[in-house]
Amino acid sequence: MHSTAQTHSLQDMRQQAAIAAKVFIQRDYTNGTVCQFQTKFPSELETRIDKQQFEETVRTLNNLYAEAEKLGGSSYLEGCLACLTAYTIFLCMETHYEKVLKKIAKFIQEQNDKIYAPRGLLLTDPIERGLRVVEVTIFEDRSLGR
Amino acid sequence: MLHLRVAEPMRECEYSQISTRSSTPMETPYKKRIPKRRKWQAFPGRNKFYCNGRIMMARQTGVFYLTLVLILVTSGLFFAFDCPFLSMQITPAIPVIGGVLFVFVLGTLFRTSFSDPGVLPRATPDEAADLERQIDVANGSSSGYRPPPRTREVVINGQTVKLKYCFTCKIFRPPRASHCSLCDNCVERFDHHCPWVGNCVGKRNYRFFYMFILSLSFLTIFIFAFVITHVILRSHRYGFLNTLKDSPASVLEVVVCFFSVWSIVGLSGFHTYLISSNQTTNEDIKGSWSSKRGKGNYNPYSYGNIFTNCCAALCGPLPPSLIDRRGFVQLDTPQPITPTNGITMYGSTQSQSHMAAATPLLQSEPVILTDEAFLPGRTSLGGPCSGALPLGGHPTPPTSTPNLSCDNDMLPLRNEQSDGLRHHHTDGGHHHFLTPEEAPSPPGMLPCGSPLGHSHTIQGFYNPASQDSLHEDSVRGLVKLSSV
Repeated sequence: MHSTAQTHSLQDMRQQAAIAAKVFIQRDYTNGTVCQFQTKFPSELETRIDKQQFEETVRTLNNLYAEAEKLGGSSYLEGCLACLTAYTIFLCMETHYEKVLKKIAKFIQEQNDKIYAPRGLLLTDPIERGLRVVEVTIFEDRSLGR
Repeated sequence: MLHLRVAEPMRECEYSQISTRSSTPMETPYKKRIPKRRKWQAFPGRNKFYCNGRIMMARQTGVFYLTLVLILVTSGLFFAFDCPFLSMQITPAIPVIGGVLFVFVLGTLFRTSFSDPGVLPRATPDEAADLERQIDVANGSSSGYRPPPRTREVVINGQTVKLKYCFTCKIFRPPRASHCSLCDNCVERFDHHCPWVGNCVGKRNYRFFYMFILSLSFLTIFIFAFVITHVILRSHRYGFLNTLKDSPASVLEVVVCFFSVWSIVGLSGFHTYLISSNQTTNEDIKGSWSSKRGKGNYNPYSYGNIFTNCCAALCGPLPPSLIDRRGFVQLDTPQPITPTNGITMYGSTQSQSHMAAATPLLQSEPVILTDEAFLPGRTSLGGPCSGALPLGGHPTPPTSTPNLSCDNDMLPLRNEQSDGLRHHHTDGGHHHFLTPEEAPSPPGMLPCGSPLGHSHTIQGFYNPASQDSLHEDSVRGLVKLSSV
């Protein structure tokens, strides 16, 4: 096998470590069509991660998505400006939503690096799953089996 | 000995998408062996893509070209024949305003027609399997031939809303989403499929659609009024018959505008009402939130006042496209699976409510999936077609897969029928009633005797399980016959 000093990629990780299971956090529609995920702690993760930690992650994600879809002065301004410029403004500018999505991607990466990867878990950015689910991949935990 | 030390290496690693495992870093085997395909080339829905994935439209675009021709010809004639006289006699502001309106109409039309309406990508195999497991647990073991309808209930703002399971996309549809049988996609906040713009109207392009019909109303009224003015003014001076001789186009313009005004202005009014009450055409037709259904029935999505509803619909944040058409297909990422055969079509029975206002004869676009896109190893078949796609080209390859039977002689018949039936019902302002639940009409489906129909233009297999958007009574019997 190649040395661990090389940069690992997501593919590498998947191929090296066997995937034990995948848990899917579904969307929570109780507030309507806004993008929110269920904060219920899945039972499969009980042995791997702290409940509070996980719920905190999901809650922060929910807050970020709420921020993206928030109706307020700035979003209206952006909408009106876009309409006046016949939406050509988006050729050079990013929409507010896209900016927040970038923030979310960074947040997930950060969480993976700091919290989830050391526990043999991997969060997939919901945008890669069409904002339907938060996919949590559980890898076989070999570190404990030493 | 394979020993994965989880803690240390992971902290140092960067989650790059490209494998760095090859011994010779210069040579990346992926790039050499398999050409990188873009996601739109492997898209499972029945859409057409142009400009390397930047433009996305429905399969049938004929009526869209008609719309374009009507607008261009009428406006062109107006600018050529009426404007010179009007700008001299009244004011040159007339062609200027007309020009601005014209540009706005075209801009919004293109934006509506070419953008992603809010298509929901289909579930990955893992997700679908997980959902199936959950459903089986909830329902107990499958109860014989007909499994119970897959629905989930959720309470939104005090109203109980049923979420239906989409057999094609293998997901529970979010509230207000619907599956368009013409495009074979689930679309968020589905309004209707509009043949005039050649696309579905959903969450992401509803505001453009509304702006289009609104500006088109103004343009139509504008042209109508000023052509009449032109004719009248000219007649005073030169007489009516001479006027018609000098400017014959005016007659054509008046006729086109007269008939358009009723339908377009009516449609604008209707959609203004929908926006102010935050409903979709789909919901309004079904009467989902009407008080006639029950005393406590109200729209849980409405913000309460008209102003907020309008602002939210027109100036709210524009969500990004979820399907990432121009991204590259990652060979290790899970692809949406083909819907399984053998599951009787039962699906969302409630979605097939009988809409009185809808045209009774349904368009008979066969609900056939482009499943071929997802056979494993499919990416290698992309060779012949992954080059530049001509206008009207469809991304999946024309060659048939060995395990499908070819019913080439039958399918052209069905196509003709379907086209005929569709165009039959797209005149006037009634197009907006072509909602997704309208099923292929039985006559249109009869020629498709074998469940595994295949043609060069329509790919995939006829899958009874996927037709959850068909009318239950008219089709279920047929499906049972053909699904055996």
